[in-house]
Amino acid sequence: MTLPRIVITGVGIAAPNGNNLEEFRHSLLNGKSGLTFTEVRHMGTWAAGLCTFDETKHQNRKMRKRGTRAGAISIYCASEAIADSKLDFTTIDKDRVGIYIGITEHGNVETENEIHELYQNNLDTDLWSHHHNPRTVANNAAGETSLALGITGPAYTIGAACAAGNMGLIHALQMLRLGEIDQAIAGGVSESPQTFGIYAAFKAQGALGHDEDATKATKPLDKKRNGIAIAEGGALYTLERLDDAKARGAKIYGEIVGYHVNSDATDFVLPNPTRQAQCMGKAMKMAGLGPDEIDIVNMHATGTNAGDVQECQAVREVFGQSQNTLINATKGFIGHAMGAAGALELAGNLPAFEDGFVHPCHNITELDPECAINGLVIGEPVKKNVRVILNNSFGMLGINSSLIIKKFES
Amino acid sequence: MTATDVRTKVLDIIADIALDDDVTTIDDSVSLREQLDLDSMDFLDIVMELKKRHKVEVPQEDYPKLATMQSCVDYLSPKFQALA
Repeated sequence: MTLPRIVITGVGIAAPNGNNLEEFRHSLLNGKSGLTFTEVRHMGTWAAGLCTFDETKHQNRKMRKRGTRAGAISIYCASEAIADSKLDFTTIDKDRVGIYIGITEHGNVETENEIHELYQNNLDTDLWSHHHNPRTVANNAAGETSLALGITGPAYTIGAACAAGNMGLIHALQMLRLGEIDQAIAGGVSESPQTFGIYAAFKAQGALGHDEDATKATKPLDKKRNGIAIAEGGALYTLERLDDAKARGAKIYGEIVGYHVNSDATDFVLPNPTRQAQCMGKAMKMAGLGPDEIDIVNMHATGTNAGDVQECQAVREVFGQSQNTLINATKGFIGHAMGAAGALELAGNLPAFEDGFVHPCHNITELDPECAINGLVIGEPVKKNVRVILNNSFGMLGINSSLIIKKFES
Repeated sequence: MTATDVRTKVLDIIADIALDDDVTTIDDSVSLREQLDLDSMDFLDIVMELKKRHKVEVPQEDYPKLATMQSCVDYLSPKFQALA
């Protein structure tokens, strides 16, 4: 059976160092960080990746106040992606549009805010907001997007820890191939910097990155790395079947030619390199590609001591002998954008199909010998003819995802 | 507290809810929902803010009494007076 080919036709992003794909790409090629210091409730000052997009560009102020930051990010990214795709939303059947948004977590921000208010109001639960439920349902980001854009097809989120951004795209591809929908808006979002709990938990774990310079708070693969920087953001794409995209003369950013998702089943937080390597290998098998045919591997590389070493072990196992593959990581620039990470980091590399550069890792002053891998890009961008990108995103409880995008050549 | 004071307090709350509307031109005798982009969730917000900011309670059966600015002032004035 020949499955329909699925392509990306629009990109909408909100990154800590860029409000659209062009700005984001420019930042990654020119060493511009998106990390700044911010005050975290109960926690003091910490570095975070915070976005500066205009929330009111695609959403009115009342609905923004009623909703969540995740919803606002989703609405912005979805609107930008649709505009970029040039899909005519006045004529397409909106029952046939699916929204699939990856999230690491949702509801922590809103619950913390309500509990904070509760303590300001003498524990009077009568003052607990009636908005709490629609703000905290797990499908909030997708639901708000559906409401804002009048999209009446399936709209829901996919919880997959920090593998979620890739998962949004994978699920969209599956639904398009099944013929359940005709267009998808898919990717991932994060509002995590607004919750102190996530900072406190990573700090307790000894995995919250810090530095006197906010822009150096997270240093994936560096010998002196000390943890992650929490980031917000989003990346949503429009996906279509290739035949549909060609029929309307759409710009095609790339084709999803392979993916794999598996689980470690070994630990709550520690990754399992064997299963990560298996995940990359099975994605390549689906794509019919070998390691030498992958031009860029984007690592998950969060900046934790154990996680980086173990992922490097997995990448080395799969790509250590490849003479072609270059390897980069994005979180040194923007921090860990949680549910958005996979989708956002893919967006960071996607323009390489056109501009022929591989962006470097950021904040590596002294590479950890245990993280040394052939092809790791450090310092300056590298010129390269890029045809295939493998995008890794891994998450807690041992979920792994690898996504392979190929330059579309008609 | 005068009726004007009560109107100002109600207007301040509505202004923080109907963020995209011009609340300076409200006709006090016309339904608020006809003039402003307000739905049932917004009216719950008004009730919540009355309690939060001014400790004025509005039982559910009295929600219809908040239909117009004039009915708000008429209904809420005795409550504000009682708290004064």
